[in-house]
Amino acid sequence: MKDLYLIQITTIFKKEFARWSRIWIQTILPSVITMFLYITIFGNFIGERIGEINGLAYIHFIIPGLIIMPIISNSYMNVVGSFYSGRFQKSIEELFVSPLSSHVILIGYVMGGVSRAFVVGFVVYIVSLSFTSIPVHNVFLAIFLTLLVSFLFSILGFINAVYAKSFDDINIIPTFVLTPLTYLGGTFYSIYNLPEAWQTVSMFNPIAYMVSAYRYAFIGVEDLNTYGAILLMFILIFMLYSLAIYLLNKGIGVKN
Amino acid sequence: MTKYALEIKHLNKTYRNGVIALKDINLNVEDGDIFAFLGPNGAGKSTVIGIITTLVNITSGEVKVYGKDIIQHPEITKQMIGVVPQEYNLNQFIPIIETMVNIGGYFGLSKKQALIKTQELFEDLGIWHKRESTPRELSGGMKRRLMIARALIHNPKLLILDEPTAGVDTELRLTMWDFFKKINNDGVTIILTTHYLEEAERLCRNLSIIHHGEVVQNSPMADIMSSSRKHTYIVRTDSKITNKNIFEESINIIDDKSCELTVDNKTSITEIITKFNQSNINVIDILSKRNKLEELFIELTQK
Repeated sequence: MKDLYLIQITTIFKKEFARWSRIWIQTILPSVITMFLYITIFGNFIGERIGEINGLAYIHFIIPGLIIMPIISNSYMNVVGSFYSGRFQKSIEELFVSPLSSHVILIGYVMGGVSRAFVVGFVVYIVSLSFTSIPVHNVFLAIFLTLLVSFLFSILGFINAVYAKSFDDINIIPTFVLTPLTYLGGTFYSIYNLPEAWQTVSMFNPIAYMVSAYRYAFIGVEDLNTYGAILLMFILIFMLYSLAIYLLNKGIGVKN
Repeated sequence: MTKYALEIKHLNKTYRNGVIALKDINLNVEDGDIFAFLGPNGAGKSTVIGIITTLVNITSGEVKVYGKDIIQHPEITKQMIGVVPQEYNLNQFIPIIETMVNIGGYFGLSKKQALIKTQELFEDLGIWHKRESTPRELSGGMKRRLMIARALIHNPKLLILDEPTAGVDTELRLTMWDFFKKINNDGVTIILTTHYLEEAERLCRNLSIIHHGEVVQNSPMADIMSSSRKHTYIVRTDSKITNKNIFEESINIIDDKSCELTVDNKTSITEIITKFNQSNINVIDILSKRNKLEELFIELTQK
């Protein structure tokens, strides 16, 4: 049985990996170019005028946030795009007439999103090295956080794909929820530089915790408690994973 | 070992919008059978197939595949079923050989095992040369064959074919019939839905006709062929048929000197010829239009 599950998960993962890597110009390159521009403009041109934040050069301060931004968006978009496309073509029925458990389907898709997020994150990091030398404070924590963040947003993308009724619906959450939360999550500034009211508001933004933890993993500086951020991510993963499994078991969005 | 490949008991389905699709369906398909599941569009055939393959949720009732309940043991029953859906549901963007390897993987086959089986199936179905093409590059007939191959990758014991030859030319249809007979001889039970009644007549040993979500006929094909109450003949005459009241039964004029005559099956050919003669018309030729299944189908579904 273990072998069966392993073959099944590997198959879905390979299918997903092949899907995004085959069209890397559409999936990987745009994020890399966008982050290259961010680092050039904000890190280099504007950053030199801003000076330091928390005793760090501005370019060093923003790079962890600029790495986590495409990790969030790519893990999310990979799963929402792939699963919804399968629903649209009805090829998703292949999964549901096969002896795959809901856990296998979900983990397979999530692994696809995680793999894309890792590749994008790594490439953006390499690109950032061409601007400035930024040694990683805690490599294992950075990898662990990349895993948690991409896992979390892959599940979220999956849930979005289940409910989406058109291709427009798969862009609503990224555009109107994720992007604002990411920009307001302290990528370009320290939360403690905000007015007090906005500091309080930021405490309710889960992405602020992720950006802070990621910054700690890279440069050893945190706005918010890193352990708290990890705990929050585990709780969110548990809740969203349970919801996704429930939706799969019920066949919502797929079964009649 | 259970005698039945499929057992359906008191199956009901009501969709969320209130549409009652199935009403107390009871059906048994014997192991090794080729079973025709017929009905007009919207009768509920695809709903039944959707339920068997778990793509449609059951409202009430019980469905067993080789004695295993599809709700309690979905992973076991799915391993025994192969399904060819009515609509194309292929991933349009990947080579078809990759589709086969993926499906094989879902059923627990290694890549090597899936490739061996794929080659065997693709060669049998005549699409091996197209293995690197995507479905977008295939003709309608090739897509149908691909879907059949995909359904057979894991050696299912029960194959469900939902309109497998729709839109396929006559020559290919005959080839596919031979293929279905071959796999049935190899031990695969087949459930076939089709609008080509000749297909059901040629292939199937038992049949069910469903209408408005209810089973209205469930019997061996042989019984139907011998029990039809009506029979249709094509009659050619030497002179114009002017009197349509020669017979009490239905008579359709095809042209000046030929007609289609539907009579009670107790009426002999001699009686038919005699009646024409009494109207001063000589019968030159009389052919039996052998469409008993079609007659029964129309009789049951036009009530």
